[in-house]
Amino acid sequence: MMASTIFRSIQNHPLLLYQTALFRRKNGVFYCTMKSTEAQTATQEKQKPPLPKIMKQTKTSDKFSKDYEAVIGIETHVQLNTLTKAFCGCPYNYGSPPNTSVCPICMGLPGALPVLNSKVIELAVKVGLALNSKLSLNSKFDRKQYFYPDLPKGYQISQFDVPIASGGYIDLDLPVEFGGGHRRFGITRVHMEEDAGKLLHSENGSYSQVDLNRAGVPLLEIVSEPDMRTGIEAAEYAAELQRLVRYLGVSNGNMQEGSLRCDVNVSVRPIGQAQFGTKVEIKNLNSFSSVSRAIDFEISRQVLLHSQGQGDQITQETRLWEEGAQKTVTMRKKEGLADYRYFPEPDLPGVILTKEYVNSILDSLPELPEVKRRRYEKMGLSMQDVLFLANDVNVAEFFDATIAKGADVKLAANWIMGDIAAYMKNEKLTINEIKLIPQELAELIASIKGGTISGKIGKEILFELLAKGGTVKGLIKEKDLVQIVDPVEIEKIVDKVLSENPKQLEQYRGGKTKLQGYFAGQVMKLSKGKANPGLLNKILLEKLNAQS
Amino acid sequence: MLGTLQPPRTLSRFPLYLTSRPVTLCTLTAQSPPSTSPAHSQILSIRHSLLTRQVTAAQLAESYLSRLRLTEPHLKSFLHVSDSDAVLRQAALLDQRIAGGEDVGPLAGVVVGVKDNICTADMPSTGGSRVLEGYRPAYDATAVRKIKELGGIVVGKTNLDEFGMGSTTEASAFQVTANPWDVSRVPGGSSGGSAAAVSARQCVVSLGSDTGGSVRQPASFCGVVGLKPTYGRVSRYGLMAYASSLDVIGCFGSSVADTGILLHAISGHDRLDATSSKREVPDFASQFASINLLESKPLKGLRVGVIRETLDEGVDAGVISAIRGAASHLEELGCSVTEISLPSFSLGLPAYYILASSESSSNLSRYDGVRYGNQAVADELNSLYGDSRAKGFGPEVKMRILMGTYGLSAGYYDAYYKRAQQVRTIIRKSFKTALDENDILISPAAPSAAYKIGEKIDDPLAMYAGDIMTVNVNLAGLPALVLPCGFVEGGKVGLPVGLQMIGAAFDEEKLLKVGHIFEQTLQNCRFVPPLIEDDTAW
Repeated sequence: MMASTIFRSIQNHPLLLYQTALFRRKNGVFYCTMKSTEAQTATQEKQKPPLPKIMKQTKTSDKFSKDYEAVIGIETHVQLNTLTKAFCGCPYNYGSPPNTSVCPICMGLPGALPVLNSKVIELAVKVGLALNSKLSLNSKFDRKQYFYPDLPKGYQISQFDVPIASGGYIDLDLPVEFGGGHRRFGITRVHMEEDAGKLLHSENGSYSQVDLNRAGVPLLEIVSEPDMRTGIEAAEYAAELQRLVRYLGVSNGNMQEGSLRCDVNVSVRPIGQAQFGTKVEIKNLNSFSSVSRAIDFEISRQVLLHSQGQGDQITQETRLWEEGAQKTVTMRKKEGLADYRYFPEPDLPGVILTKEYVNSILDSLPELPEVKRRRYEKMGLSMQDVLFLANDVNVAEFFDATIAKGADVKLAANWIMGDIAAYMKNEKLTINEIKLIPQELAELIASIKGGTISGKIGKEILFELLAKGGTVKGLIKEKDLVQIVDPVEIEKIVDKVLSENPKQLEQYRGGKTKLQGYFAGQVMKLSKGKANPGLLNKILLEKLNAQS
Repeated sequence: MLGTLQPPRTLSRFPLYLTSRPVTLCTLTAQSPPSTSPAHSQILSIRHSLLTRQVTAAQLAESYLSRLRLTEPHLKSFLHVSDSDAVLRQAALLDQRIAGGEDVGPLAGVVVGVKDNICTADMPSTGGSRVLEGYRPAYDATAVRKIKELGGIVVGKTNLDEFGMGSTTEASAFQVTANPWDVSRVPGGSSGGSAAAVSARQCVVSLGSDTGGSVRQPASFCGVVGLKPTYGRVSRYGLMAYASSLDVIGCFGSSVADTGILLHAISGHDRLDATSSKREVPDFASQFASINLLESKPLKGLRVGVIRETLDEGVDAGVISAIRGAASHLEELGCSVTEISLPSFSLGLPAYYILASSESSSNLSRYDGVRYGNQAVADELNSLYGDSRAKGFGPEVKMRILMGTYGLSAGYYDAYYKRAQQVRTIIRKSFKTALDENDILISPAAPSAAYKIGEKIDDPLAMYAGDIMTVNVNLAGLPALVLPCGFVEGGKVGLPVGLQMIGAAFDEEKLLKVGHIFEQTLQNCRFVPPLIEDDTAW
């Protein structure tokens, strides 16, 4: 079949026409950014250096901002990681050559019909339950109709008046560095729909090409209540959704690949006013930090207009976040309400869920981030630790498995957050890719605690385990690393060091007691690091001070 | 003209040996043969002749092809005729297999016409629309695939009103098909090409599609048997959607048995069509041989309801007379015939046109010129869409897209689409009630026999009104069989009238049984059009 479909006749008028045509679609933001696929989270992003202040108006509006309140709601599209597309048997792999994963159904050929992939329902129910939503036992699909070249059928199969899940909420903890605090944000609805394809524009703009690989890939649209008030809250909401879908295993949640996309609605109103201000939609948010920064920019922009008495200049429009310039710009003004002429999809039977089915999925849900965080908190970990450990489902599972093997909670947390995290970062590995397994980390912690090895040796073993695997016991044996805890043996080494360093001994006894560290180092060196530090120091002090 | 039956100028026909009415009602011309042999199954006799080596599949195919070549200039029932070498190659392959003692499918050697809105991988499929001119699908529709697997030979793609929207084939972007009974008349539509092709024996059976009567009305106009299956009985995969909740693929044949055998071949669940039923498909075909026609009252106890509203004003007197005659025939066969009322009947037409147009406005969105079909040259995106569609669609299609878009628009949805769905529910219920009390319901298939080409082309409302007999059945999703039951005046020799039998959902078996007995006991009526009356085979 067609390897690549071209419609040559679309002329690309560089500024105006092209842009309006390109972004006519409601859900249509085109994610072309190719960054590292490294998992990123709102929390981790914050460690990046602060971006330069771009806009003067931010400062000007600061003094007014206390009089105004922002109202923020988010529409998130989550791509489900089913093996095949929502309504046909085509697989979807991000980055495949254009139009290599298509068939008559997802290309919208005449006569082709959609057949629902039941896995989509299962994943939607999982998310609905995890968001504490009410599931519709009888829902249906509808057609949302508009014309766009990346939409092969001329309509998107979606859900309109009866979404599979409605109501609900998501709980999260704000990062400590932003003041912390627990938040609960409302969820309006969750519905299933199919993704559209992508347009690829030629360099000189004389034609565009349609890639339908993504057409028909299942999405969940999750709509929040307008409960957020700051860019940080919004970014954390998005990050928590990402965490949730990753915990549930329903999506990779990757923003760069477009597996998780956020469209944000922002309005501003004077504090105390019940009525919402005019809302502006922001698109092209490819990371959590851009969500946060775009919103803060937009709030400042709107507050400034309000404070200058130009609140009426805030119009209902869609604005685009420009990452380079760090500002939002008008993409298109709303030309009245779009009429998508929704009607029930006649090609698909209704979606009927039985209580048994829902219960079986409920029983299969893993421990979710909020529950995990509360549990970690009860275990006595600091909020900083809790957030770090629960942030990544794989890290949390590693931690849980480690303490399940009896490891000390705080020590396990420290190892994971310290040396292990540093190693992963340096080597650009995920916790699933390191060779260390939780059982050995537990063993390592126990060996240090029990005195079999010193902390220093423990670190050496850790890096060995991280890089090559193996067991703690095996490594200790292989390298003869068992700590020397026999006082007699340590005494012998101390004696040897003292006799070999008479000059320093004399200096020490002459009052230069700082030399104790030197002797300790020599003893440790001679013991190949295996001497128990406590015993070593005790015996060394005794000997040093013996004949003064 | 010698040796052929002249249909009489009386208004209807009755079986001779059962009727108590005067024989003179069925006047035979002096030249007509004494034979009154009823329609027989061509499929069964083809099978018999092939397996007993009386004839080869190649010979059979050649005879159909030559008749097709002869009649096609008058009829124009095909938009595309398969390459005759390819047809003969397929036939020769079957002959080899038969000679080798291999099993061949039940449709072996059966020459089949396929409506052009049903996708075929190896030949053009345009849906009768300029927008798909020259389009060759990447795949076979499920029904076509099944026919091929069972040995059927697709001889070509038949003409239709663009995307099934019309009742005459005049809305085809390419040509108007003529009625074999009178070439100045329409064959009906939208499956007019498929009906005319079977009527003129250009093929043995054919596939049509029926959204609001598009199989049944042309069957009536062309004097052939047309079967609209229950919604969900036959996979729609590969049928270019007009109104998805109403569309079904249907069958044409020159006998009830042939349509039943074809239906059996294409029925059954298809994992590519979520609306296809998982119900088991009974062997419709086996009963045709076994029915005991010697019994004097073979349909004893069968409850038949005549739908009063279908014999009301607006229906030709000749048609009413033919249907009343058919009712008497059923009575003679042992049925208890009563008149019943479906008060919601008249609501069907407006509800149908709202629902069908609404769905079509959505289904036809994909014909945008972007991926396939004709693409207009344009400077920017909106013109690309606008021009491709403006040039690609004909006026009837445009009108329905506009109506449907209107009916689904914000602010109108409740008054039109939603209300029409509510009417649909009422209609479905009233049919359910009537079919709980009756085994089958009968009515005309159309308010008149075939009319002249051009007669209603400027009066869409009059043409839409012609669908009154059939649209309710689609709204209710029920099966219906149309078979010729008599004639009215018109043309050289009279024009056939079709009787519609409506059954309960998934009860095609009963319709076929009753239809078969009706057909086999209908005497002195041969529904062979004058166009081929010299052909001694008929």
